[in-house]
Amino acid sequence: MRKGLTWFNITSIVLGFAFLYIPILLLVIYSFNASRLVTVWAGFSTQWYWALLENEQLMDAAWVTLRIAFFSSLVATVLGTMAALTLTRYGRFPGRTLFSGMIYAPLVMPEVITGLSLLLLFVAVNFDRGFWTVLLAHITFTMCFVAVVVQSRLVTFDRALEEAALDLGCPPFKTFFKITLPLILPAVVSGFMLAFTLSLDDLVIASFTTGPGATTLPMRIYSQVRLGVTPEINAVCTILIAIVTVVVIIASVMTKRAENQRQAEERAAMTG
Amino acid sequence: MAMAGEKGRGRWFVIAVPYLWLLALFLAPFLIVFKISLSQDVVAQPPYAPTLDLAQGWAGFTEFLSGLSFANYGYVLDFSNEFLEAYGSSLIIASISTVLLLLVGYPIAYAMARAPRSIQPTLLMLVILPFWTSFLIRVYAWIGILSQEGLLNQALLALGVIDTPLEILNTNLAVYIGIVYSYLPFMVLPLYAALEKLDLTLLEAAADLGCPPAKAFWTITFPLSLPGVAAGALLCFIPAVGEFVIPDLLGGSDTLMIGKSLWTEFTVNRSWTVSSAVAVLLLLVLVIPIVVYQNIQQRELEAGK
Repeated sequence: MRKGLTWFNITSIVLGFAFLYIPILLLVIYSFNASRLVTVWAGFSTQWYWALLENEQLMDAAWVTLRIAFFSSLVATVLGTMAALTLTRYGRFPGRTLFSGMIYAPLVMPEVITGLSLLLLFVAVNFDRGFWTVLLAHITFTMCFVAVVVQSRLVTFDRALEEAALDLGCPPFKTFFKITLPLILPAVVSGFMLAFTLSLDDLVIASFTTGPGATTLPMRIYSQVRLGVTPEINAVCTILIAIVTVVVIIASVMTKRAENQRQAEERAAMTG
Repeated sequence: MAMAGEKGRGRWFVIAVPYLWLLALFLAPFLIVFKISLSQDVVAQPPYAPTLDLAQGWAGFTEFLSGLSFANYGYVLDFSNEFLEAYGSSLIIASISTVLLLLVGYPIAYAMARAPRSIQPTLLMLVILPFWTSFLIRVYAWIGILSQEGLLNQALLALGVIDTPLEILNTNLAVYIGIVYSYLPFMVLPLYAALEKLDLTLLEAAADLGCPPAKAFWTITFPLSLPGVAAGALLCFIPAVGEFVIPDLLGGSDTLMIGKSLWTEFTVNRSWTVSSAVAVLLLLVLVIPIVVYQNIQQRELEAGK
């Protein structure tokens, strides 16, 4: 078989991407609908976006969500990177199987189980539920995603540089920050972003672990969605989609540039 | 081979921090869920009994043990309580969705792997991008499309394909569409990773020896992509069994799924002990696929070294 695309391949890609993108596109289009009826087009309008600014409940929820997402993904990135180092660099140690089990299981664990179990933990230790409990819950389930992303970079990584630094007497701690971290930085950054969006997105775990005063944006959206489709919700969703799209595109361009630069430097080091 | 911080306190610190975190916030909660599943509901704070009173020493401990019972499991496993049906129908819905995901995802992944190298990163990003946008938003988008007055019905009516609007929203069909739509990137990515590694000279050799393309696909390409198929299938199947948002928003009142039953038991009936028993049994159902998934991940990791 030759390399290249057949008509069947092109059709699969086109239909696949149409399936992935048309629903999101329709949602964005109808957020600019003048009518309150989301299914009948009545002309272009941005009124629903202005209505959002007046909606204090939604704005509060958005602020809570952003804070939780930012702080939880920061901590999750540190913990997840440590976990990835543990899995790839430290060979065997007592309890390694349990550890890797605890890293991989949360990736596929149904959210209802994670949410319920964390809630019951917080109740058992008498921890007041609210902002902090959601934060702890989000750190716990997102750090495993960070660990997997960073780990996949660590296994394909040339150990010679690290070893050279260590042989030349650089202490392990310094070697990590001078050599390892800069090399795995793109993976650490994408781990952070993954953790951030997972936290931003989470409804089930947050609903279980939250308490008074810490209603997140997905929880607000969910309670309104249950009552039906409204243009305000379409507008909120459009804003979120726009933010995520811009961030992901910027990040991927930056990673690509960093990757190219790194390769160029490696080549220069080899020939120079 | 010297490894960064192989010896000394630094190594133990790097291991211990995430380890202890996961022990406290991932493993311990499961033990608590198990314990509460053996307790009874009471009107108190916390709303279950017995509680372990360490102040009473050994006597408190034996009293605690004698207070535990499997009554909640009896309740959950009783045929009249719909939980068994919900487990069964979740497994069926998740299996059918996984097969549909394979059927939809495989041609996409295959075409991506065959595309010119230069556009592969772009295609990959286009598959991942919807995954970054909120899951809730993606499910919500389908409500507007599938409802009675929705965009799909409007389009079909306008085209004259149908005379009366189709009822899709609030049926199991909508749940399948929702799961396939939201989980598609999870299926395509591992499939693409497996297909992209495929050695094309094998297919050239088969073609030179007169093997027709279709036969070459089934004897070479597909068997070699099986690790990707297994990883993708498990990555979709396991969370789909416990799915809550999709059946709740797109499914109907007769759509039984165990994630939704657990949620209802917890938020509406407010029985913490029964919901814990439901969670423990759900975990038992999923433990084999989860272990298989971990082994695949582990093998991938070893292979990457």
